[in-house]
Amino acid sequence: MAEKVHCTIDGRTVEPRRGQTILQVADELGIYIPRYCYHPGLSIAGNCRICLVSVEKAPKPQIACYTQVQEGMTVWTHNEAAQKARRGVLEFLLVNHPLDCPVCDQAGECWLQDYYMQFGLYTSRLREDKIKKAKAKVLGPAVILDAERCILCTRCVRFCNEIAGTHELEVFQMGAHEELGTYPGVELKNPYSGCVVDICPVGALTDRDFRFKARVWYLSEQKSVCPGCATGCNIRVHFNQKRTHHALGKRVMRLKPRYNPHVNDWWMCDEGRYGYRWIDEGRLLVPQKRRDGTYVDLDWDQALSDVASGLRAVMDKHGPSSVAVLPSPQQTNEALYLVRRLFAEHLGVRHVDFWIPPATQGYHDDFLIKADKNPNSAGARLLGLFPRDGSPAAEEFLLNHGPLKALYVFRHDLLGRYGEEALRPLLGNLELLVYQGTNRNATSRRADYVLPSAAYMEEHGTFVNFKGRVQRLFQCLEPLAQSLPDWKILVRLAVLLGLELGHSGQEEIFLDMAREIPALDGLDYAALGDQGVESDFSGIPLWPKTVNRQRSNVSREQPAHLPRVTNDE
Amino acid sequence: MEKILTRNWGKESSHTLEVYLRDGGYEALRKALREFEPRALIDEIKKSNLRGRGGAGFPMGQKMSFVPRGTGKPVYLCVNADESEPGTFKDRYILERDPHMMIEGALIACYAIGAQQVYVYIRGEFRQQARILDGAIREAYQGGFLGRNILGNGFDLDMYWHTGAGAYICGEETGLLESLEGKKAWPRLRPPFPAVAGLYNFPTLIHNVETLACLPHIVARGGEWFAKLGVEKNGGTKIYGLSGHVREPGLYELPMGIKLRELIYQHGGGIRGGRQLKGVIPGGASCPILRAEEIDVEMDFDALQKIGSMFGTGCPVVMDETTCMVEAAYSVAKFFAHESCGQCTPCREGAEWIRKIMHRILNAQGRPDDVDHMLDLCDNIQGKTICALGDAAAMAARGFLRKFRDEFEFHVRHGRCELS
Repeated sequence: MAEKVHCTIDGRTVEPRRGQTILQVADELGIYIPRYCYHPGLSIAGNCRICLVSVEKAPKPQIACYTQVQEGMTVWTHNEAAQKARRGVLEFLLVNHPLDCPVCDQAGECWLQDYYMQFGLYTSRLREDKIKKAKAKVLGPAVILDAERCILCTRCVRFCNEIAGTHELEVFQMGAHEELGTYPGVELKNPYSGCVVDICPVGALTDRDFRFKARVWYLSEQKSVCPGCATGCNIRVHFNQKRTHHALGKRVMRLKPRYNPHVNDWWMCDEGRYGYRWIDEGRLLVPQKRRDGTYVDLDWDQALSDVASGLRAVMDKHGPSSVAVLPSPQQTNEALYLVRRLFAEHLGVRHVDFWIPPATQGYHDDFLIKADKNPNSAGARLLGLFPRDGSPAAEEFLLNHGPLKALYVFRHDLLGRYGEEALRPLLGNLELLVYQGTNRNATSRRADYVLPSAAYMEEHGTFVNFKGRVQRLFQCLEPLAQSLPDWKILVRLAVLLGLELGHSGQEEIFLDMAREIPALDGLDYAALGDQGVESDFSGIPLWPKTVNRQRSNVSREQPAHLPRVTNDE
Repeated sequence: MEKILTRNWGKESSHTLEVYLRDGGYEALRKALREFEPRALIDEIKKSNLRGRGGAGFPMGQKMSFVPRGTGKPVYLCVNADESEPGTFKDRYILERDPHMMIEGALIACYAIGAQQVYVYIRGEFRQQARILDGAIREAYQGGFLGRNILGNGFDLDMYWHTGAGAYICGEETGLLESLEGKKAWPRLRPPFPAVAGLYNFPTLIHNVETLACLPHIVARGGEWFAKLGVEKNGGTKIYGLSGHVREPGLYELPMGIKLRELIYQHGGGIRGGRQLKGVIPGGASCPILRAEEIDVEMDFDALQKIGSMFGTGCPVVMDETTCMVEAAYSVAKFFAHESCGQCTPCREGAEWIRKIMHRILNAQGRPDDVDHMLDLCDNIQGKTICALGDAAAMAARGFLRKFRDEFEFHVRHGRCELS
């Protein structure tokens, strides 16, 4: 237990830990001290001076972000001296800052605007010309700089030095002519470069992908989890529902990292940040069937009854070993659980594998980016959706011409991955190829039936990240066009195949799953909250071998070809 | 009066080891190593009432006692030879005329604090002085005063010099450390102070050239003797650098606490052309200006502080009745705006804003509220910055505005100077 000190902040007696700063203690008390350069994830620069507060017996105001509480200290955060200091700093910051908020992309989420309204409200005393600096200067693929709007807080510089470790940015020149910039011949091009826009408190650094596409006050926000890799960075989805005509019908406008100290702190990578376009582009919109080389639309009843009878026919003729199912580690646990229930347990399909190895190993680093570009490989493993008891892996039974007659593919682009040539023997042998997924791809264009799924932002659900953290996705948007969440499709398909699952929502499915999977024991959506729960993966408890809806001994099998799930990291 | 710091200056080749040794050079070092324990040496220096000659006037002995001992970490001494204060030109002469006195002082300081490396940080423009110092350091190595086992006493010390690139901020002690470490000279947040975590995060003492040059004499003749040369709490002599509208500008070694009037009129020969004195900046541009009627003040840290100014580097800039104080203030404001490192907001934006307002006034576009506005901006800068240079910019401007408010107001009202 850290040593406590006794001090008073704004007349409230507190006992913070020695070493805490005034700003940290004030935050805990709910006393808001303004800050620009201070960011909890970065070193303390103390340069903006907006957090000056009065400390009794100190000869001058102290910066709350750096000054540590001392025994007997008395702090006033909003007395006259502190307010004057704060207003003075704000006025200085605005001296050379353009006052053209209506044309600034940051308007509405600008800390200069906010603090002016909260702490400023003075009449301008500036009669002089403002200093001209670079406008719309491209710093790198993701970020653009308006040097006139920059308040030189160095958050971005510190981010590149301390978090990305890439050192592209620096403040050049001196005094009022200082400008942020990249070192000569260097671009702001690191895997996390978009984060500098998040932490820029003003309109200096803006996102080339987002800027001038929407006014932020028209955006709605919902929490989610990035599906870009096995880390599962917590994100906020910003989408446009209030002014749809502003964005030509595009709904998702940008992704922002959401603080989670167990996963991603305040950060996310550019790959994840800008990997949202598929939500609104190239989607499968209606159920379809292939007839005479073209696709015709079906309604859901027709499509599902066709698929059910097709499956039934193959099973009756060739037996369950002629059917293979490829669930996807892009799917939620809720969907995967129903895949398991319907195909593995009810229909007795043995060829089940979620893992299609990528052609090349994905980019990865020692920070947030994982080589496994799937958000839920761990969940699929947890649910045992891989071949066991000597069954071949997916790649084996796809490429080595197993006696497959029906193939049910979720999301995987098999043709894109292996090519037409390699799969020709398989495809030539198939009597039924069903593709259930979100977007058009080479595989959907060869399928006999195409069933459009909702994307991760369009449904509730959970993913399990590489460390075994179970995290919730919240529904942001309605499923596009006629697409449906996987669980709804599976519940309806199951009925047609003689299995009454009876689920009417994702949480219900989760609760059933949690009752059966030791690693999820006792969890429900409320317990997961918006920060997730790290489940105990020691020994990798897998799906019970003998399924009887009762908890049973778990298998500890660890197939070598699958990505590892471990709590050790 | 006996010349102490400047005793060798008139001699031929005064910068050489040979000349320095002729008059007992490095004997104080020998005495320090033989007769003093490091702690006793610091006590002796405390007795001398020697205060830092770089501008802040911190008691040297006290500063030395802040350096922790026996931490197992290396301890550094940095010599601040980044003399850049406008109107100040004393350290450059020490480096030119008698570099060994500074080297000997540095050796004594290192022995007292247990440092084994000295870095001399020299102002970028001081190329000649750096060359002279380089020669002196080589001579000192050859003479056995630097290097291993100095004077057979088992004391080791290496001395290196490094030039800046001409930025005023590098003279700020933590800016100096950053620059020395190869970074941009943005001053550090304190605490920790350099004595605890300085160069490369190790305990570091930073001293001005002139301050160190005093040490050999304190060791040779005793702290009390040195203290008696000056006045209360301000020991020793001082190299005053007199510039501006005096008949005989130059460097004068005189006791601490001498009257400013005496310095100007007796030693500096009075105002040129028999004109009247109008104002004096007592110790470099950072110090608030004094009006002619205030020059009966003693030139020491406490007396000047008492009347709202500062002793600074002890180098007064004298201005006669032909000086436009708005122009003088503008020139000082321009300096501080130009030399603001730009790290923290109040100094970066405030110094430039004040410069712009003064520029506007000089261009006959002054407004009635400009003076009060600038005074308020000074309030918003002073005491709110990371380092003392923000304070300096504010205090200098406030000095002109308060003491010569009438001239600013004349400019504002008439769009011209009352002198024109």
